[in-house]
Amino acid sequence: MNIARPLSADLPLDETILSVPGMRCAGCISKIERGLANMDGIATARVNFTAKRVTINHLPDLSLPDIQTALSGIGFDSQPLSVELTRQDQDSTALLKAMAVAGFAAMNIMLLSVSIWSGATGATRDMFHWLSALIAIPTVAYAGQPFFHSAIKVLRHGRTNMDVPISIGVGLTTLMSLYETATGGHHAWFDGAVMLLFFLLTGRWLDSVMRDRARDGVTALLQHRSAGAWTLDNDGRAVWTDAANVQPGMVMLVALGERLAADGVIIKGYTRIDMSLMTGEFAPEPHRMGDKVLAGTLNLDAPIEVEITAVGNDTTIADIARMMEDAGQGKSRYVRLADRAARYYAPAVHTLAAGSAIGWLIAGANLHQALLIAVAVLLITCPCALGLAVPVAQIVSAGALMKRGILLKDGSALERLSEVDCVMLDKTGTLTLGRPTPQNLDDFTPQELGIALALARTSRHVLSNALARAIDARGISALSLDDVREEAGKGVFAVWQGEKVRLVRPEQQTSGNNATSDIASALIIGEGAEKLIRFTDALRPDAADTLSQLQDLGLESSIISGDRMDAVAPVARALGLTAMAGLHPQEKLDAIMRLRDAGKKVLMVGDGINDGPALAAGHASIAPASASDVGQQAADLVFVGDGLTPIPLAIRAARKTMKIVRENLMLAIGYNVIAVPMAIAGMVTPLIAALAMSGSSLLVIGNALRLNRIDR
Amino acid sequence: MTGLGFLIPVALLLGLAALAAFFWALRAGQFDDLDGASLRILIDEDDEPVGKDTPPKA
Repeated sequence: MNIARPLSADLPLDETILSVPGMRCAGCISKIERGLANMDGIATARVNFTAKRVTINHLPDLSLPDIQTALSGIGFDSQPLSVELTRQDQDSTALLKAMAVAGFAAMNIMLLSVSIWSGATGATRDMFHWLSALIAIPTVAYAGQPFFHSAIKVLRHGRTNMDVPISIGVGLTTLMSLYETATGGHHAWFDGAVMLLFFLLTGRWLDSVMRDRARDGVTALLQHRSAGAWTLDNDGRAVWTDAANVQPGMVMLVALGERLAADGVIIKGYTRIDMSLMTGEFAPEPHRMGDKVLAGTLNLDAPIEVEITAVGNDTTIADIARMMEDAGQGKSRYVRLADRAARYYAPAVHTLAAGSAIGWLIAGANLHQALLIAVAVLLITCPCALGLAVPVAQIVSAGALMKRGILLKDGSALERLSEVDCVMLDKTGTLTLGRPTPQNLDDFTPQELGIALALARTSRHVLSNALARAIDARGISALSLDDVREEAGKGVFAVWQGEKVRLVRPEQQTSGNNATSDIASALIIGEGAEKLIRFTDALRPDAADTLSQLQDLGLESSIISGDRMDAVAPVARALGLTAMAGLHPQEKLDAIMRLRDAGKKVLMVGDGINDGPALAAGHASIAPASASDVGQQAADLVFVGDGLTPIPLAIRAARKTMKIVRENLMLAIGYNVIAVPMAIAGMVTPLIAALAMSGSSLLVIGNALRLNRIDR
Repeated sequence: MTGLGFLIPVALLLGLAALAAFFWALRAGQFDDLDGASLRILIDEDDEPVGKDTPPKA
């Protein structure tokens, strides 16, 4: 890669957006931006820390793997993002703009209205009315669009939603006020119409911000396939082939540390493969010639040659993606409380307004008076408080939960979480920490540990990393070694004070039956016997406490694992739970579906890609932040930290939130019960409408703010 | 009362200016990376902004 051309401004540049989940600090930002900008062919690199993305402008001949290699050289893993995913939050921006305009207009019109209410008369009042009209009409035309569009869309399908009364209310109010202004009337309702828009847009915007946080799980899953593969051409040379051009029958080379681009069969080489994508099990599985390997899994030990059997949509990982998509459909059909309320609300409001207009006409009022009454009814009943009741409560409790390390990813998640009545937990990575922890370090002398640390640090192997971390934590420093080399698939070899030392796979590999709880490394110093360092996957520290809290909440728990029964049984016994073991992703999904059909509302807690479909199918789902990307994407909530107590905390918070939401809805309805008869009786002036509207909205917001103390 | 003819336009113009500033900030991407902005002040290097004017690299 040697692009010696200067980058002038008029050269066509390609834009690539990469997701870099590993950035955590200010140092990462500067490291990535500096590192990439110094690379040949890259014009600019800009990090968006919030979205954990980097946007790169580069010459077209710079390929994706080049950039990714450069990034991993700096120390960051990256994944390409599709353009659609990055366009997602434009909805929120449009709503925010509309909200800003409505807010500006509402303030200024209110300023004018207050002077009118304080007794402006005659020409002054008329001028203020005209000024209000001047501000209000463009505002309604601009900021009202989200409602008008949505109303027209549902009306075309012959249905109605909350936006229909809003659109009619705002439109009719504006027109009537304009008529009043033109004829020199006493009351104009511009303030009410614009304030209504402002409150409603606030609710919409909060809602949309919540939704934006939920990313598309399926897109993330497909990112796990690599963008292409090195394949052998007819002359036996390695050529880079894009994922789209990889065909079954080709032979691909998979280097150490690479993800497989397609399903296939190993034809050359012996390695261990990280299958955690499929089984959720961190212990790598040995694969030799003739064994099947799956797209998306990670080659750990040695380069292999693979004859491709399935690509693209035929691969196992694509199957999982499809299952997740299907399973998620049920969730998207979930009708939220606010929408259920709106279903009855909209027709009721229309009938009321039309009824009062007709009633006044019959009672002898003229058309003008009757229409004014109808406007007052529409304005008063417009679901200001109703529109704020749910989103404000959700955003406040989402904020409170975030302070406790629980991230909410879906707007309706709290609502669904509050309804769950049983919990299914995955084992590896959920009940357990999902990473190997050395068990018998006490059997070793500090000197031995110092050597082991020095050896482990040079390797990127899972067990070496775990060992280095554990020894580090004991405050032991590494001894200096000479001639360190790592042999893929065997171990690390070095010389310490003239003696050969090595950290290798044990001779009598305990493969097969009881391998899961018994994976080990061997430390050999000089000609001495090998000393085994045993690893197990430890239970999360507060698993038992969490389960008893769940029981107190009236939820029954059970284990659902892809692991073997003899690995699951000890955990189940230790925690006193029933367990299902050895389940494939499809079987996990089926188990959830069976419970669902039996009328249960399942909370799925899991972390692996193999849990993806089950997470998507559960009535609600939670994943730890250590989970695979797909696990995190598919779950409704993600919690940070090693403890499990965030699960009961989130459930309690969800129940409390829904209690507040119901209170808010009752407040909104109660307000209508008082205000509507006044409107029908014709006693509502713009002043009363403004007071009632802002009063009820403030009440609802104030009530929702109580959720700030949700975590206490 | 004559003050009104002067004060109302001033109030409206100030409001409009604030609105325009907000729109400009939104379009310029000032709100795109709220978490990142708070971290970038910690990067204490006086480097040139990376942009169109960056000199070509060989």
